[in-house]
Amino acid sequence: MNRRILLLFLTLFISACSPDSRPPDFAYLLGAEPETIDPTLSSGQPEGRVARTIFEGLTGNDPVDLHPVPGMARSWDITPDGLVYIFHLRSAVWSDGHPVTAHDFAYAWQRLLEPKNAARYANMLYPVANAEAYNKGTLTDVSALGFKAEDDSTFVVTLKSPCAYFLDLCAFYTLLPVPRATIEKYGDDWIKPEHIVTNGPFLLGEWILNRHIRFLKNPRYWDAEHVYLNVADAYTSENINANFNLYMTGVLDWLDSGGVPLFVIPELKQRSDFHVAPYFNTYFYRFNVTRPPFNDARVRKAFFLAMDAGAITQYVLRAGQEPAHSLIPPGIPGYTEAQLPKRNIEEAQKLMAQAGYPNGQGFPKAEVLFNTSESHKQIAEVLQSQWKEALGVKVDLVNQEWKVYLNSVQTLDYWMARGGWIGDYLDPNTFLDMWTSKNGNNRTGFDDPAYDALIERASRTLDPAERMGLLNQAENWILNREMIILPIYYYVVMNLYDPEDFSGLTPNLQNQIMLKGIKPLKGHRGRPRDIHTPATAERF
Amino acid sequence: MGAFLFRRLLATIPLLFVILALSFMFMRSAPGGPFDSERSVPPQVEQSLRAKYHLDEPLSAQFMRYMGGLLHGDLGPSFKYQSRTVNEIIAQAFPVSLTLGVLGLLISLVIGIPAGVFGAVYHNRPADYGIMSLSLLGISIPNFVIGPLLIIVFCFTLGWLPAGGWGAVNQMILPAVTLGALRAAYIARLMRAGMLEVIHQDFIRTARAKGLSEATVIGKHGLRVGILPVVTYLAPATASILVGSVVVERIFDIPGLGMFFVNSALNRDYTMAMGTVLLYSTILITLNLLVDVLYAALDPRVELR
Repeated sequence: MNRRILLLFLTLFISACSPDSRPPDFAYLLGAEPETIDPTLSSGQPEGRVARTIFEGLTGNDPVDLHPVPGMARSWDITPDGLVYIFHLRSAVWSDGHPVTAHDFAYAWQRLLEPKNAARYANMLYPVANAEAYNKGTLTDVSALGFKAEDDSTFVVTLKSPCAYFLDLCAFYTLLPVPRATIEKYGDDWIKPEHIVTNGPFLLGEWILNRHIRFLKNPRYWDAEHVYLNVADAYTSENINANFNLYMTGVLDWLDSGGVPLFVIPELKQRSDFHVAPYFNTYFYRFNVTRPPFNDARVRKAFFLAMDAGAITQYVLRAGQEPAHSLIPPGIPGYTEAQLPKRNIEEAQKLMAQAGYPNGQGFPKAEVLFNTSESHKQIAEVLQSQWKEALGVKVDLVNQEWKVYLNSVQTLDYWMARGGWIGDYLDPNTFLDMWTSKNGNNRTGFDDPAYDALIERASRTLDPAERMGLLNQAENWILNREMIILPIYYYVVMNLYDPEDFSGLTPNLQNQIMLKGIKPLKGHRGRPRDIHTPATAERF
Repeated sequence: MGAFLFRRLLATIPLLFVILALSFMFMRSAPGGPFDSERSVPPQVEQSLRAKYHLDEPLSAQFMRYMGGLLHGDLGPSFKYQSRTVNEIIAQAFPVSLTLGVLGLLISLVIGIPAGVFGAVYHNRPADYGIMSLSLLGISIPNFVIGPLLIIVFCFTLGWLPAGGWGAVNQMILPAVTLGALRAAYIARLMRAGMLEVIHQDFIRTARAKGLSEATVIGKHGLRVGILPVVTYLAPATASILVGSVVVERIFDIPGLGMFFVNSALNRDYTMAMGTVLLYSTILITLNLLVDVLYAALDPRVELR
C-alpha cells in the first residue's frame, strides 16, 4: 500500500517535470496563456505572437518600423486601380516537407470566413471582394470570393475597394496559411505539438499549460540562416510580480509591461535595461452620447477642456506616458493626428453654462465606469476631483468586474466608460472605422451618416495624401466637433532587456516581438541581474 | 463499517448534484458571457460561437447536456482555452497543485508534530515558549508576506533558489515552505494541546508505572491519542492547502489549478468553473469521510454507525 502511494506520487512528480530539459537560448514573457494557437481562430496579443512565430504569411513586418516585407510571397504586383493583388510565392516547404502553395492560402482564408468556424477576427479579410457577405452567411458561393490560387505559386486577390493597408493585413495572424491535410486528419487537435505542421521560422516544441511554450528552430524554413536561436521559451503568465522576479534572477531575457509592477517604475527608469517607447495604443473614456448629460456635445467638450491629463501621466503612471491630444497615437508615416486644444477651464465653464449647468448647478447624476483595477481607479479619482474643482460637478465612480463591465458598455448602460484601443495595423483607419454607426466596437451610441460617409469616402480614395487628409477630417469630426470620446493618454511600450546580451529587440509601435532576427551576443544569459540601479543610468 | 461507508458514499451523490446545480445557476445569472471581449465580433459570428458551444439552447437543456457528459466522465470543452477540454486542463494543472499541496502538508507535519510534542513535554519552559512564539508568528503572518520574504532572502540576497516556475526540485522548496508554514504553526499548537491533555491521564501514569522508557510512553502511548486533534484538522488542512494554494501559485508563478479556481469564474468559463467546483467538492467530501474513518481506527472509543 505504502509503496503504491509512493509510486503514485513519483508519477505525479515526474509528470509535473518538463520532458525537454535543455536550457533555452532566449526566454521571454509571452503574456497570458494563449486561448488557442490556431492562427485562424486567434484573437489576442499572446495568440498572435505565437502564430507569427511558427507560421509565416504572404508578407511579414519589418521588426523596427513594421512596414510590410516579403514573406511567403517573394514579390507582388498591384493593378493601377489598386483592386487586384497578384502574389508570387517563393518555393518554401511546410515542416513536414510538403511545399507551401497558393492553395494553402486559399484554404486558410476560406476557413477564416466560414461562418460555422466562428473566427472572431474574420473581419480582417473584409476588404477582399465578397468576404464580408460570405462570412455573414448572405453569400454561400465559394467561387465568388475575391481570392484564388491561379497555380501553385500565384495567388490572386481582388479587393472590393482599394485598401491602402492591405499588405499590412496580409501579415496579420488570422491571414496566415494553415496545413489543410493536418487539419483534416486531426480536427481540433491539429495544434497539439505532436501533430502541428507549420511554415514559419520556428517549430512548436512543447506547450505546457500556464508555464511555457517551447519553440525550436525550423531547419526547413526558407530563411533559416537568419534564425539565430535554436531553443526559445515563451513564458505564459499574468503574475506581474513573479514575472519581474524571473527577469531579475536572469530566467527571462525580455519582458513587457506584463512584468513591470507599477511601483518599481520610478526606480526602473534609472536603469539601462528599461526601455520605454511609443505604443500604438490610446487610453480614453467613451461618452454615452445617448444619455443626458453627455448627449450634449458642449458638456463633453467641457469635460475635456477641464481635464489635466498631465497630472495623471506625471503622478499616477510615471513611466513616460504622454497626455493625449488625439485619438490616434503619433507615429504613422504620412499622417498628422488631430490636435485638441489645451486645457482651458474658462472655456469649459462657459460651455457648461451654455448647456444649462452654470457652476455645475442642476447637473444630473453621472458616473465613470471602469473595470476593476488599481490604476483605472486612481486615474478616475484624479479626473473626478479635477472636474469637481473646475466645473463644480459631482461625478460618481463605479468599478465592475471585467465581464460585467463589457456587458454594460456593450448595452450602453453607462455614462462615461474607460476604454482602450490597440491599432491592428499601422494605419489611421484602425482607430477610425470603429465609430461608424454599424460597427460593433462603437459602443457610444454615436450614429452619424456624415461620419460614415467620410470613412467610406476615405476607403475609396487611392491618392495617399488625399486619403490621409480625409482620415484626419474624420478624426477631427469625432474629437474637435463631436467629442464622442475623451482621449486621456497614449500608452507606452515598457520593455526590460539588456541590449548587450541580444540584438534585434528594438521596441516597435505594436510591441510585436519577432524571434526571427534575435541574436545572442555575449552568450552569458541566465545570470542574475544587478538589483541595485546600475551606475551608468540612461535617461528617457 | 462497510454499511457506514456505503451510506456516506450514497449521500455524496445528491450532495454533489446540488452543488453543481447551484454553481450552474449562480454562474449563469452573472452578467456577461464567455465570448464578450473588448473587441466586438459580428452578430453572425457570435451566433455561430454560441451554437458551437450549445449556448443557444435553453438553460435546462444545457444543464442536462452537462450532466450527461459528466456521467461519461466528460467535463466538456473549456470556453476560454478553446483548444483544450476541461479534462485536459485539470489533468495538466491538478498534479502540480497536488504535488505542491502534498509537499506543503508534509512540511507542516514534519515541523508541526515534533514541535508540538516537544512543547508539551517541556511545558512552560523556555523551549515551550520559544516554540509557541514561533508558531504564533507562523499563524499571524499571511503567506503573501512569507512568500515574498523568502524570495528576497533565498533568491535575491543569497541566490540559492529560483524565484519561481515549476519543474525542478529546487523550484518546489520555497512554495512548499510558504504553503506549509501556517499549517505547521497550527499543527504545533494542536499537537501541544492534545499531548498536554494526554500526559496527565491515568493510562500514561500506568505506562510509566510499568517502567516503560519516557520515549515509549510519549512516542507510543501518548502520541496515539494526543495526535487526534491533528488528525481531525488534517482534512480541512489538506482541503485548504489544495484550494488555498492559489496565492502561493501566484507568488511563485506555479502552473497549478489554483488560478483556474478564481479565473474561470471571472472569465465566465462555465465548464471550467464547474469542473473545479466538482473536483474540489469531491476532495472535500472524501477527506471528511476519511477523517471519520481514521478517527475510529485511532480512538477505540469512537464507533462508526
